[in-house]
Amino acid sequence: MIELRNISLGFGSRTLIEGASTRFECGRMIALLGRNGTGKSTLLRAIAALGEARCGEIIIDGKPLSEYNSAELARKVAFVNTERVDVEALTAYDLVAIGRSPYTGWSGRLTKEDRSIVERAMQIAGVEAMADRRVETLSDGEAQRVMIARALAQDTPAILLDEPTAFLDLPNRYELCTLLGRLAREEGKCVIFSTHELDIALSLADSIALVYTPRLVHLSTEEMISSGNIERLFNGDYAGFDAESRSIRIFQGR
Amino acid sequence: MKLKRLDILHPLLFSLLGVLIAGLFVADLLVGTTRIPLDEVWAALRGVASSEHYEMIVCRMRLPKVIVAILSGMALSASGLQMQTLFRNPLAGPYVLGINSGASFGVALFTMALPMLGAVSGGWLMRFGVTGMAWIGSAAILMMVMSLSRRIKNINVILILGMMLGSAISAVVGILQYIGTEESLKAFMVWTMGSLSAVTIDDMYIFVPAIILGLVLAVAVVKPLNMLLLGEANARTVGLNVVRSRVIIFLSTTLLAGSVTAFCGPIGFIGLAMPHLARMTFRTADHRVLVPASMLWGAVSMLLCCFICDVVAHNGLMLPVNSITSLLGVPIIIFVVLRNRNRR
Repeated sequence: MIELRNISLGFGSRTLIEGASTRFECGRMIALLGRNGTGKSTLLRAIAALGEARCGEIIIDGKPLSEYNSAELARKVAFVNTERVDVEALTAYDLVAIGRSPYTGWSGRLTKEDRSIVERAMQIAGVEAMADRRVETLSDGEAQRVMIARALAQDTPAILLDEPTAFLDLPNRYELCTLLGRLAREEGKCVIFSTHELDIALSLADSIALVYTPRLVHLSTEEMISSGNIERLFNGDYAGFDAESRSIRIFQGR
Repeated sequence: MKLKRLDILHPLLFSLLGVLIAGLFVADLLVGTTRIPLDEVWAALRGVASSEHYEMIVCRMRLPKVIVAILSGMALSASGLQMQTLFRNPLAGPYVLGINSGASFGVALFTMALPMLGAVSGGWLMRFGVTGMAWIGSAAILMMVMSLSRRIKNINVILILGMMLGSAISAVVGILQYIGTEESLKAFMVWTMGSLSAVTIDDMYIFVPAIILGLVLAVAVVKPLNMLLLGEANARTVGLNVVRSRVIIFLSTTLLAGSVTAFCGPIGFIGLAMPHLARMTFRTADHRVLVPASMLWGAVSMLLCCFICDVVAHNGLMLPVNSITSLLGVPIIIFVVLRNRNRR
């Protein structure tokens, strides 16, 4: 679905990722891991055409990203970030309905089919009860799920999520990521999400893309654990990853 | 989906606003310094008035003024709504972009700086120059902001630059006021007070098409405006052509706010307040409803201001329309600001 060919990313003189090549397939949930500021968001933004790669090519559904116009791309890739949308008098339903924009006419009028897609998207994300609520009254967790419903309404084969679990509590994090996993496996979508939640990534994701500056390592979850990359990357002075227990260990008295 | 409540509310409010506009339209034709009975007004409109004097007042003075009031109200609020959505800022309006200041600068140059250079002005040349320079001034500012926006992707930076540009221009206008002659200062002050009756029949040939084109463009971008509610980055990922939408919105805003400022003077607060009134009454953020709703509220507010001016004028006192719009708009804006502060 999404293919990176020798991608390099960076700002100014700073290089984040260099020469990354890999494929993200449909029907898989891919966790994007890496330390702070190593280019996880930059990579997702590049795939969503919100930023440009320094060199290399991104191929989406067999066509280079540069050949897509914004409306075409919006039918292939949906993008969810952590930004809250707080607009006066905007209802959750209307917000989700904006996800139908790539398919509607000049005025954005919804057809009966569009409406049923919007309703289904809200059901899948578990926000159908909030349809008439104003977005400014939603909690952070609810707002995040409404944004995911919006991405689902976009009906794209690929969904990118930038730290979707950032504002959620532990049960909600697992619930959300289980939902994303179901979307990948049951609806055949290619779901890529960046996260700092190692345990969630290891227990739920099909494969892991790790930003190991300046490389991007993409392996299946099992291979990634046994590769030792995670231990090396996440070992700080006070805590580190323990491959045997698949969890973070705090070092005492180091 | 049960959205029945709004399905009833919206047609109700639209018809209510329609009735209000019709009522104020008639009221504005009736009231003025000369008392003309209703049947004479009707006769004058059909061209069969009993006196030529009545026909002159109704058809050449009051009717153009009422039409200008409706169009300028629609124009200002439609441009304000677009700015608020584009900049995701409830306090954005043509003023923050510096469009009003640009127009003021053009007029200040013409009325105050030109006489200093020894040029003669007055009468026909004066009127033509004032409107023309206001046009050029607002268009110049807009082009500057547009060229900046091509290089700067962050919308807040553009907003701040617009404000800085506006402040700098206001300062220059202030200096011109200080060194200008008393006569030229007065001419400038008269323009800044704003007047709906300043638009003559000849002006209408430019004013009406410009406003209508601006309003049509505003309606054409309802879907991009809805997408922009998500923020610019998100809007792009749902398929928005950001550059094209921005150009259309800027074009519409200049045509609307620039023309009104050029012909009627800087009329404040309608563009800022009426979109909020539309959101509050129609309880929606959907621009397919908000754009027409704001336009209608704008028409109502300007007709009302016009009516108040007429009633006061009937008692022998001429009020600048700008102070009435401020008195009407400021309470609404204070309410919006306080409510936003109380939230979250």
